[in-house]
Amino acid sequence: MVAFAGYEMPVQYPAGIIKEHLHTRAAAGLFDVSHMGQAMLDGSDPAAALEKLTPADIAGLKPGQMRYALLLNNHGGIKDDFMAARLPAESALYLIVNAATKESDFAFIEARTRGIAHLAQQSSRALLALQGPAAEAVLARHVQGAAELGFMKLGRFSVAGVPAIVSRSGYTGEDGFEISLEQDQAERVARALLAEPEVLPIGLGARDSLRLEAGLCLYGHDIDETTSPIAAGLAWSIGKRRKMAHDFPAAERLMAELFEGTARKRVGLRLLDKTPAREGADIVDNTGRCIGRVTSGSFGPSVGAPIAMGYVDAGFAADGTELAVMVRGVGRPARVAPLPFVPHRYRHSQ
Amino acid sequence: MAEVRYSESHEWLRVEDGIATIGITKYAAEQLGDVVYVELPERGKKVAAGAEAAVVESVKAASELYAPVAGEVVDANEAVKADPAKVNADPEGEGWFFRLKLADQGQVGKLMTKDQYTDFIKGL
Repeated sequence: MVAFAGYEMPVQYPAGIIKEHLHTRAAAGLFDVSHMGQAMLDGSDPAAALEKLTPADIAGLKPGQMRYALLLNNHGGIKDDFMAARLPAESALYLIVNAATKESDFAFIEARTRGIAHLAQQSSRALLALQGPAAEAVLARHVQGAAELGFMKLGRFSVAGVPAIVSRSGYTGEDGFEISLEQDQAERVARALLAEPEVLPIGLGARDSLRLEAGLCLYGHDIDETTSPIAAGLAWSIGKRRKMAHDFPAAERLMAELFEGTARKRVGLRLLDKTPAREGADIVDNTGRCIGRVTSGSFGPSVGAPIAMGYVDAGFAADGTELAVMVRGVGRPARVAPLPFVPHRYRHSQ
Repeated sequence: MAEVRYSESHEWLRVEDGIATIGITKYAAEQLGDVVYVELPERGKKVAAGAEAAVVESVKAASELYAPVAGEVVDANEAVKADPAKVNADPEGEGWFFRLKLADQGQVGKLMTKDQYTDFIKGL
């Protein structure tokens, strides 16, 4: 167990990180992600209120649709990344933010939307993630209708008799679901899902290696308040309408970066020998000059080799560029690799 | 009869004929989780007692292995380099890291016996 954002979290269960990781990609894994922050944002026009703080197209969310979004500070730096959703036939927006940032996020959203929207934290709600190719079959035994949800769709369902918000989403690159429910019912639902033969409990260690292979950013590591969404390769999360309207924080700067490019870019790295490179390691060119830094690095169990993400000077960001990463004072050969390292297997709607 | 001793930084060593075989304890292997890489010292390298002598990387993090005693590296386990999972499968056997020719046999007696080490990890 480790302390994480004020919670005691298991790094691994008895199976261990590699088995948990591979099992999630082969069958299904259950993650307790109740530390994430959940809230409802209501008011006369919560989407317009939220759009002051994010460049995502929130107003365009269809009923039953969820979207990845960035919470930006005044300078266009990333305060957090989060999920925003519109539940069918409900006026409030459902938000899920990161654990370590939830208090500051919610205070920021409240302060910036005061008078036009009302934020209600859902601190009594737990969150379970069921991820992997068997997730659909497993969940179908406990929920009617959730298996028909497409990727990034959600609704209210009864899971093992417990009222829940179920979304087809996750942080592993696999098909899967996230299940929000009252905390006093969560253990019962978790045990019911864990009783299914395909399901193993998965700890924080495999959660990290799964999301890294999927090329997904970890807030506070790959992105933070100093990171430009454009350098991070997250421009896709800016809505088309928003790009036209320039109506989000630091829009002029970010749109200029979008057209002119940024000094650094986020890339994937394949280490060519067996040494993992960790967060903070310098990335150097073939003359030994430092041209970047690793922001996440580990062994990728499905890749079968060490992988990393980091930022490099734009001239070194092309796929296949040969670089080196400094580990214990020695430059270890590496190559810029396309993200994700492992193809996403999301189940899009027919 | 080989003498087996343990350090507070969770290395074990087995001494036979002035040569110490060194690895990480079962407790250390469990704490680290799945080992994915080990970096071993070169043969001929002289290491001081308490000096960093090898590196062990699990999925989550890198850790150092310290030489519990001083000596000269006479062998390194290429098999764990090729298959680091041996460190988890058999940490105090096939998962050994390297062998040292002892500089001072007297340093061995200052390390913990198996019973002392068992008590030591109970207190952690």
